[in-house]
Amino acid sequence: MTDQEVAAVFERLPALVNGDVPLVRRGRYLTTAFLIGAGALPVLVAVREGAIVDVAVSPPPMRSWRFAVRAGADAWRRFWQAVPEPGYHDLLAMTRFGAARIEGDLHPLMANLRYVKEVLEAPRRAGAGGGDGA
Amino acid sequence: MALEFEPIAGRYATIELDGRPCRLYFEEAGRGIPLLCLHTAGADSRQYRHMMTDEAVTRHYRVIAFDMPWHGKSFPPAGYQDEEYRLTTEAYTDAILTVADALELDRPVLLGCSIGGRIVLNIAARHAERFRALIGLQAADHQTPWYDARWLHRPDVHGGEICAAMISGLVAPQAPDIHRWETLWGYLQSGPGVFRGDLHFYREDSDYRDRTGLIDTARCPLYLLTGAYDYSCTPEDTIRTAEAIPGARVHIMPALGHFPMSENPERFRRHILPVLDEIRGA
Repeated sequence: MTDQEVAAVFERLPALVNGDVPLVRRGRYLTTAFLIGAGALPVLVAVREGAIVDVAVSPPPMRSWRFAVRAGADAWRRFWQAVPEPGYHDLLAMTRFGAARIEGDLHPLMANLRYVKEVLEAPRRAGAGGGDGA
Repeated sequence: MALEFEPIAGRYATIELDGRPCRLYFEEAGRGIPLLCLHTAGADSRQYRHMMTDEAVTRHYRVIAFDMPWHGKSFPPAGYQDEEYRLTTEAYTDAILTVADALELDRPVLLGCSIGGRIVLNIAARHAERFRALIGLQAADHQTPWYDARWLHRPDVHGGEICAAMISGLVAPQAPDIHRWETLWGYLQSGPGVFRGDLHFYREDSDYRDRTGLIDTARCPLYLLTGAYDYSCTPEDTIRTAEAIPGARVHIMPALGHFPMSENPERFRRHILPVLDEIRGA
């Protein structure tokens, strides 16, 4: 996958997340903007009460965000495999081994960690990474 | 239809640990060689419920697990309200030996997972003569911290939610949902600061690189089994640890994570039953 292809997957987050009632309910106390690094491409994600209300690839200058989650395109591709290989099966596994980085104000992330992890994993559940059992 | 009880029996007893009475909860099932099991950090003895209901285990072994003080159905000691819980190598070792003595276990097999796997190494180096065999699941001689444990206990982040979310990826993707979420429930339920207090032991007070060379596996066999998806105690960590211990038996378990006995009991039994058979046959 290229950076553009990874960013295009993240652009599908509103469709992948907002119809998932339990997931939106888990995020109901989160209203924030966070940044995803799709390789070199920044993707700004706006969350309102657990719903993904906007996704902007290469957003206009001077937009604010609270925390960032960055990984290379190949890492995101591996992360979204139906059965990911060890080390790419969880956001924190990727940060532990240096495939991903978490930056900024971590409080909204930590207070909603399950929600954010499941948002990032939503493309896996939708079969974005390929592999068996998607 | 008559209610079908599980063969697990639970009881309480008060045992003095570190000079203070502690009311501890024990569970057991089976008959035969005592097999004392240690739960992971921030969790409790329910992690062993599948071994306790596996006849292939319980027809040869008396499987016993207890909740450490502060964990599960064991209370913290009196006065806990003004204390910060911090597990140490000394306190953990003393708890295990005291419980084994109190239960009058004759050279039990000791099995521990994660922090329990770590302390097994200290037992192997210092108290091997008291045990028939030692089994460390997800065990290594030390760990490089991979997150800031202060997130686990602060008033503006829900303790149970963050503990579970922090470790949820340590369950392998292949774990059946029912077992994954039951494993995580232990963390969701954990008392405030308890997981963090266990990590004090894991990170600050159990670098055993100074004592793995003292382990004599001819005196007491040592088995180290680690799940391939564990990024807290990685297979490489376990293999490195074993390389410093002549005779240590290492086994990496595919498609399992940090909680093999509770996250995927069907897969785990394929790995642990041959070990238990070998110990029994020795």
